[in-house]
Amino acid sequence: MFETIKFDVNDQVAWLMLNRPDKLNAFTEQMNKEITEALKNAARDPEIRCIVITGEGRAFCAGEDLGGIGEETNHGEILRKRYNPMVKQLAEIEKPVIAAVNGVAAGAGMSLALACDFRLASEKASFVEAFIHIGLIPDSGNLYYLPRLVGQAKALELAILGEKISAEEAKNIGLVTKVITEEDWQTEVTAFAKKLAQMPTKAIGLIKRYLNEGWKLTLDEMLEKEANGQRVAGLTNDHKEGVAAFLGKRRPVFTGN
Amino acid sequence: MTEYRFIVVNTDGEIGFITLNRPEVLNALNRTMVTEIVTAMEEFDRNNNIKAIVLSGSGRAFAAGADINEMADDDPIRLELLNQFHFWDRMGAIKKPVIGAVHGFALGGGFELALCCDLLFAAENANFGFPEISLGVMPGAGGTQRLTKLMGKTKALEWLWLGEPMSAKEALQYGVVNRLVAPEVLMEETTRFARKLAKKAPLSLRLIKESVLKAVDVPLLEGMQFERKNFYLLFASRDQKEGMNAFIEKRQANFEGR
Repeated sequence: MFETIKFDVNDQVAWLMLNRPDKLNAFTEQMNKEITEALKNAARDPEIRCIVITGEGRAFCAGEDLGGIGEETNHGEILRKRYNPMVKQLAEIEKPVIAAVNGVAAGAGMSLALACDFRLASEKASFVEAFIHIGLIPDSGNLYYLPRLVGQAKALELAILGEKISAEEAKNIGLVTKVITEEDWQTEVTAFAKKLAQMPTKAIGLIKRYLNEGWKLTLDEMLEKEANGQRVAGLTNDHKEGVAAFLGKRRPVFTGN
Repeated sequence: MTEYRFIVVNTDGEIGFITLNRPEVLNALNRTMVTEIVTAMEEFDRNNNIKAIVLSGSGRAFAAGADINEMADDDPIRLELLNQFHFWDRMGAIKKPVIGAVHGFALGGGFELALCCDLLFAAENANFGFPEISLGVMPGAGGTQRLTKLMGKTKALEWLWLGEPMSAKEALQYGVVNRLVAPEVLMEETTRFARKLAKKAPLSLRLIKESVLKAVDVPLLEGMQFERKNFYLLFASRDQKEGMNAFIEKRQANFEGR
């Protein structure tokens, strides 16, 4: 079905693998569209409770394939047509999304990682705001997410200086949840994803929904949103199961709704 | 109660619910459906046990427009003789509070129906829009008038000309809707609000609505005089005596709508 990505579901985890290893998984129009499509399906499919985005080969994603950029290119249109729908689709998903950054995440590749909820980094991973080196600005949500993740000062530094940072540095500035050795990479990413897939998915979705909104709200508005969200969470089976398990001193079995 | 084909009507305590019920076509409005909605609203308006009306859609949308097949072959004379918008005028004449609960799409005629409500609660995933321009027509059931009165000429033109969907957030920002709530609890929150209204003095609700609607249409002085008459009129009610006595006696008022 897809040509530039691979998409598999295992144990309620959807694996979306960028699959142009010979081009360091650089984006093409087709790839943007396939990712958007795959994410849309994953968002809808009730059997999927966690999504992992990762790269085939040695890179996570090298950003836009510059081979397609020429005199005639309208960068604004490329974003509106290809990247923005992808980023918006990602933002809409009310399930946990992990960027398993296996290698370099550069330019829009880094943007893709930033737009996910969690970033797991291989010790071989690196992040680079490559845009400035070709006279461009970070895009695809990069300027939105980066300061929210690492703060204004650090975001400015990364975006303007464009220096490559290692997985370890990324961890230190709060960009990455966990750095994983090469040897444990697959096992640990899988375990992390499976763990998330067994959690109360509906509640995770609500946390994402309102945490993101919170940036734009006053305390009063947020308190009301929380009351709304908590009412919804309070109606889920997972809440009932959580309480029953707590009282029964056993491990809860969550079904996601 | 009247039998309905395209809507479901029920009551819960003092709240009357009207639910658009053609989910298979995202509640696209046909003429019969509009007639049914007005009829149900008028029945609730006459029913002394009902204090507020809640209008919503079943399935994935509030109402995704009008039934295009029904009007594709219409001509001006047929439309004039049919006088279908007369039913919409009657909707605007309902005296009791009408609260719309909008989730999913409220497009074209569906958006106009939403704009006929006094208050709108929208799910965070609601989408409003007037796509009529893409069919080579324009809104005909009050869209250009009501939207403009809500958001002003400049923004209204933009939405009406482009025909692009307006997110719930934008609708809130421009004063088109009162509140955004989680889609999962839209009906619950709307009903909670309707119950609050149901506790208020019914005649006050009624005359406030009449006065506010007047304010949208007439010069200030005229509106002030209209308001004054309604204010005086309430002093003819038992509820005014009860309300003021309760205040003086430091107790809860018990309003009866008389």
